Amino acid sequence: MAAPADTRLSGLQRRVLDLAHALREANVPVAVSDGLDAMRASALIDLLDRGQLREALAATMVKSPSHRATFDLLFDLYFPARGTQPLPGEAGDEAERPAEYDGDTHHQEARDIDQFLAELVMRVMEGDDAAIRRLAMEAVESFGAVRQRDGRVSFFAYRVFRNFNLGGLLRRLMTESGMDGDAEDAASALTRRLQRDEFEQRLRRFREEIESEIRRRQVEQQGADEIAKRMARPLPEDLDFFRISAEESESMRRQIRPLARKLATRVAVKRRRARDGRLDVRRTIRHSLSTGGVPADPAFKARKHHRPELVLICDVSGSVAAFARFTLMLTHALQGQFSKVRSFAFIDTVDEVTRLFSGGDFSDAIKRLHTDANVVWLDGHSDYGHAFTAFHARYADAITPKTTLLILGDGRNNYRASNAWVLKDLKRRARRVYWLNPEPIQHWGTGDSIADEYARFTDGMIECRNLRQLAEFVERVV
Amino acid sequence: MTDPRFAGLEDTSSRLESAGYLPDRAITTVTFLADRLGKPVLVEGPAGVGKTELAKAIASARGAQLVRLQCYEGLDEAKALYEWNYKKQLLRIQADSDRAWEDTKDDIFGPEYLLTRPLLQAITDDIETVLLIDEVDKVDFEFEALLLEILSDFQVTVPEMGTVAAVRRPFVVLTSNNTRELSEALKRRCLYLHMDYPDIEREKAIVRSRVPEVPEQLADQLVRIVRSLRNLELRKAPSISETLDWARTLLELGYSGVDEGVAQTTLSVLLKHQSDIDKALAHLEMAADPGSN
Repeated sequence: MAAPADTRLSGLQRRVLDLAHALREANVPVAVSDGLDAMRASALIDLLDRGQLREALAATMVKSPSHRATFDLLFDLYFPARGTQPLPGEAGDEAERPAEYDGDTHHQEARDIDQFLAELVMRVMEGDDAAIRRLAMEAVESFGAVRQRDGRVSFFAYRVFRNFNLGGLLRRLMTESGMDGDAEDAASALTRRLQRDEFEQRLRRFREEIESEIRRRQVEQQGADEIAKRMARPLPEDLDFFRISAEESESMRRQIRPLARKLATRVAVKRRRARDGRLDVRRTIRHSLSTGGVPADPAFKARKHHRPELVLICDVSGSVAAFARFTLMLTHALQGQFSKVRSFAFIDTVDEVTRLFSGGDFSDAIKRLHTDANVVWLDGHSDYGHAFTAFHARYADAITPKTTLLILGDGRNNYRASNAWVLKDLKRRARRVYWLNPEPIQHWGTGDSIADEYARFTDGMIECRNLRQLAEFVERVV
Repeated sequence: MTDPRFAGLEDTSSRLESAGYLPDRAITTVTFLADRLGKPVLVEGPAGVGKTELAKAIASARGAQLVRLQCYEGLDEAKALYEWNYKKQLLRIQADSDRAWEDTKDDIFGPEYLLTRPLLQAITDDIETVLLIDEVDKVDFEFEALLLEILSDFQVTVPEMGTVAAVRRPFVVLTSNNTRELSEALKRRCLYLHMDYPDIEREKAIVRSRVPEVPEQLADQLVRIVRSLRNLELRKAPSISETLDWARTLLELGYSGVDEGVAQTTLSVLLKHQSDIDKALAHLEMAADPGSN
């Protein structure tokens, strides 16, 4: 991954190039000209100021907010705050290094955990950022070390967090700052809420400091390229629905509305361009006035577009719940693009959930999906067959010749009856039937998946594993 | 101002500050680099974080004129770049009906018959210029391609007259609300600045500088509430300008702090959807009174 050593490049330039390579590896597009700009930019700024260098490189190499997190991570690897081999940009940061801290000794007298926590709580309450950073380093040093069999010492975040959990710390902070208990008046409830936000944010920073400190130590031991390879996480739009953490799910949720807006704009542009060629006489004459009555600039009428009616039937059982949630949010955020959206959720029986989403408060809708909707009939394991027959009995009239029907699920039916005849009948009634499957194609029809059987009665079963694929599909349907 | 160019980062930030804009480190660095590298800045971020304000502040800090091109769907060359003044040309042709066509033709395609629009004006004016291309994400793809020539070479080709090169390179700022992905080609020609909501200290400083009458304590409480609300999933998060509006409202109404009653009556200045307001009140642990609005 690292560029071959070229003697004509300075150490700094080589580092910038390595960073550009690592970014490309992580699927952040960095053009050759961007790399050149980054070098020119780094020559103009004060290299002793690491924050400045970070912003200068970000401005030239990162062109999208969703890539910034990846950049920050990699920047920390290639331009660590303090390193055993100082880089041209690092010398200034030495000053930040606390005097009593000696990075090379692992035998420092470890403080008692209670004593440590007492200081941490105090510093967080004071809001002393420098002290919090120092404590994060100390935490890694004292509690995060594991001695490997070959005698080397490695550091792990989970070792640190084994000693204390941040939720407990937050409660302790609230207690010690006198913010707990039942507040009588609303003003103190408000103060409490604000204080809580403040503490939460500082603890989050404390956690980030610990993680970045651990990365820094790993880089020292194994080199930046090695760690960069291991750290590479897919970009939010490429994350697999099956494997997302709570944090990633949060960041994806924030992308839903912008994504919907983008899709709506794209569709609007397409529609505007699709002219059917009929002359708009009124507008042409109006335009011709500015050219002395010569119709030099003819105007054409736009075709009327029919907006599809959308009906979604979603499997919301554990395995595919994340996928269903994102699809529900995206389609409802795009409500304006359809003449009507109705959504149904099922696990082993089906219920309508349109009203939960129509308010526009998605996070609330998701929460109520499992409490306010009757999606479980027997045992809470997916039963496509029963859900389909229930749908057919109760909501079959929702499907009209204008309807595009979307079915979401992995088709894993726990070896129950498929009742595929329902799907056949629905296909007869609907304009189109699509099935979105969050599983990789090669797994369809293996084990208890009867995706193949259902696929025969649809206009297409489509693999849909990440936001990008989902967005592509939705654009096609609209 | 004698030299419009920024001398260094401190100079950049202090001049922006004296123009009434409080930049953070990213903004200062990118502004300075744009000046030195001679590249346009593409500013992206949510509505109301001060993208357009930045361009205005840069213009005032450099003592430059601000040429603004507001983008919208269907914006074309005629409105952005230049247009031939047909009416004047026609008049001229009719007035000279006895003259030879060859003479007239050379005449009517001269600068006198050219209506310059913002882009051409920014390039041809011989004074220090800041060109603001606002909400560039609204234009069509064809227009974006047109911008490429201007942004990389600072020149415009008028078929009848030839190529017009910049007399003085303008400082270009493009803003985008990210309603669609801009083309890679456009992004590559620009320095990229993602502007997000400011951190608590900076927002407080902005409130204090824009609404100086607000007491320190109220400003502090305000920005902390706003920050807390921005962490919620709202349909429209409060922008800086809405924070300022809220500060002015509270001041006008004579409140010195925010409590339940104040929040219920004035939160509509900050949030523009009823569902957001309900959610905010619940979040701030002030149960929304179902009877009031």
